[in-house]
Amino acid sequence: MDSSKRIISAMIRYFLVPLLAVIFGFFICSIIMIISWQDPVKAFHALFEGAGLFGNIRRFGYTLLAMTPLILTGLSVALAFRTGLFNIGAAGQMLMGGFTAVLVGISFTNLPIIIHLPLAVISALVAGSLWAFIPGLLKARYRVHEVVSTIMMNWISMWSVYYFVPKLIKGGYETESLPIQETASLRTDFLTNLFEGTDVNLGIFISILSIIVVWWLLDKTTFGYELKATGFNKDSAKYAGMKVNRNIILSMMISGGLAGLAGATYYLGFTNKIIIGSLPSQGYDGISVALIGANHPVGILVSSFLLAIIQSGSDQMDAIANVPNEFVSIIVAVIILFAATNKTMKLWLDKFKKIIFRR
Amino acid sequence: MKYIIEMLDISKEFTGIVANDDITFQVKPGEIHALLGENGAGKSTLMSILFGLYKADKGTIKLNNNTVKIPNPKVASSLGIGMVHQHFKLVHNFTVTENIILGFENTRKFKIDTKTASESIKELSKKYKLEVDPNSYIEDISVGMQQRVEILKMLYRKADILIFDEPTAVLTPQEIQELLGIMKEMRKEGKTIIIITHKISEIYNLANRCTVIRKGKVISTFDVEKKSFEEISELIIGRKLNMELKREVVEKKPANFKIENLSVLDNRNLTAVNNLSLSAKPGEILGIAGVEGNGQSELIEAITGLRKVKSGHIYFNNNDIVNYSIRKRHEHGIGHIPQDRHKHGLVLDFTLENNLILATYYNKKFSKNGVLKRKEIKKHSEELINQFDIRAANGSNTICRSMSGGNQQKVIIAREIDQSPSLLIVAHPTRGLDIGAIEYIHGRLLEERKKGKTILLFSFELDEILKLSDRIAIMYNGKIVDTVVSSTTNENEIGLMMVGGIKNG
Repeated sequence: MDSSKRIISAMIRYFLVPLLAVIFGFFICSIIMIISWQDPVKAFHALFEGAGLFGNIRRFGYTLLAMTPLILTGLSVALAFRTGLFNIGAAGQMLMGGFTAVLVGISFTNLPIIIHLPLAVISALVAGSLWAFIPGLLKARYRVHEVVSTIMMNWISMWSVYYFVPKLIKGGYETESLPIQETASLRTDFLTNLFEGTDVNLGIFISILSIIVVWWLLDKTTFGYELKATGFNKDSAKYAGMKVNRNIILSMMISGGLAGLAGATYYLGFTNKIIIGSLPSQGYDGISVALIGANHPVGILVSSFLLAIIQSGSDQMDAIANVPNEFVSIIVAVIILFAATNKTMKLWLDKFKKIIFRR
Repeated sequence: MKYIIEMLDISKEFTGIVANDDITFQVKPGEIHALLGENGAGKSTLMSILFGLYKADKGTIKLNNNTVKIPNPKVASSLGIGMVHQHFKLVHNFTVTENIILGFENTRKFKIDTKTASESIKELSKKYKLEVDPNSYIEDISVGMQQRVEILKMLYRKADILIFDEPTAVLTPQEIQELLGIMKEMRKEGKTIIIITHKISEIYNLANRCTVIRKGKVISTFDVEKKSFEEISELIIGRKLNMELKREVVEKKPANFKIENLSVLDNRNLTAVNNLSLSAKPGEILGIAGVEGNGQSELIEAITGLRKVKSGHIYFNNNDIVNYSIRKRHEHGIGHIPQDRHKHGLVLDFTLENNLILATYYNKKFSKNGVLKRKEIKKHSEELINQFDIRAANGSNTICRSMSGGNQQKVIIAREIDQSPSLLIVAHPTRGLDIGAIEYIHGRLLEERKKGKTILLFSFELDEILKLSDRIAIMYNGKIVDTVVSSTTNENEIGLMMVGGIKNG
């Protein structure tokens, strides 16, 4: 009885609340569509069709492709959040990870793929975590708030890449780098053929593996226990003899490393090069993914899939149903709004439960 | 008119818990009425219903014989009901005046008229002997002063019925005496006062009548003078209180804990502990008495490693531990029951079982190669829950934030005692707890003493110190003024030394 109760409350927390948020998102977006003389049924049908949910393998491949970095940036933000930090810098960490990976991917020639590819991926992980080390150190040592420092680090990363790409690895155009060597690419013929020519790549396995690792780290290890204790209550962590400052820096570095991996999957698996002048949008989308997924690794799997559907299907919605793809931003915004008020939602659900189960 | 307030057949249920079960509570005009009961008995819930914070599932409220509905505190205020909450509701970067008029501001030419307000506040504070400076900021004034601001807030709103939710829990003994005086003053002015408390000793000489609530039900309402301390405490906890604590004779051994010439700075870099020396023996409880703010916090933090010392030595089993890390001190057998259980003692958002391994999670017992042994942790937690009688709604999986203060404290005590430390630093172990929990914790501490542990007990409650300690060190101005054997002293002597008076003879 007791354990079944707990399972139900966990279900509500990680499944029902996000699901309701999504339903509200679509519902409110439908109302807005109707007001502006659009057909929501047609629009959403086109959206899901465009995301490959009705059996189009190729389109589904694009959804998985969009999902790959979102899982990692979502995990990055969520891990930081679970340990008491607000990492707004996933975009910059992802860019620095990607830049380093591309640099490694271009610079080494004649390496076998079995060495070159892991080397490029690991360099992205290291670069991302080093980039996050700086705000971590500033927070631990000087109490600089990480929201401010990570946002500033985002801009530093963007302009550093802007400067170094033409300097070191200039490609055909001023604004982009050379393509990476084949031996550093995450693409494989096997996956490309399986999804009928899309760019789905090995990154999806990196992402899913990361979900498992993060879940294991946070829930099963003494290290994760320490990080969470530090995140919830620095004073009692210190009282218990934990190294609080070290934990803050390590949390930030692991978070940055995950964002760096997102950079690897994106730049080594999809673009194959760095295009300068912008921050990857997946960095900020990671915040939405984490929020909708209630900062839980499994929740993130679901929420990143959802966001990927919305992103990859929006063009189809525009083309077939003539609904401007800006509408998807409304869906996402409403979902986030409801996910952010999940305490209220839980309250509603509890009341609802009371009405139903009243003897 | 016999009663000013009548709460009739009030019931209130929170998911799964009946907080108020058919309660009838009546208050006469112009009396001080004490509402007594253990933590979680339903006192605060009942008063929150009266103040419009909760809605009762059932029952009626009558004010001067008229049935009233109180859906929110604003309505309560307009009916002349005011409440001082246990945790004050003040805006810290506002002045006293701004806080008092908040929500009831008078405007003149589109500007808030603080001048007139501040005049009438001064008048009120003179009338009721509530000293405050209307222009100081809340963050700069003491807790006792903040409470006076809350009282003035009610008076400014012309409240005639004043509810106090455990007003003395956060005050020093001096402040408590002042508050009790203020309450009597207000009764003289014709106000009706309801005071929620679990300190029976306070209600003598103060309250006229008293109502005891246990497990959501009214047990009895009676004139305070007609019942003895023992009778009232029996009504509250539902059984006889074990008043005589067993103090067994413990074999004397040489001191294993010594502090020599210790100086510690506070947060503002002023000397808080000044060249202090003391020592304690195994099997001894050394009480450290003193008025708050005489360096006790800094001394505790220095012993436990939370604060660096400026100079001096702390010897434990002949090792100078001054430069040991917190963890190393733990491993050398120093346990610490901290003064602020929410700030230091617990990770409130962790489950009970996770809080019970807060300092030991890395031990072989609970982890292997960095992976937690969940089964062991659960087993350990169930054992301690049984052994220490910790009450929690979902057992080991209860989030500590949702537990009552007494049970939270039991969690900390269970965790620290379970590691069987040979030195236990105990700070205000029973602050804000009800008599049942206090009785239990005192018994536990004496049991540890019997086992030959060295115990340092810091407390602002003289009763507690006198009851438990073998010797008492009085701390004043960062120094130990004197150390006395507790069987040869009394409250007055210690009280005098606590405020800087020198012991005669």
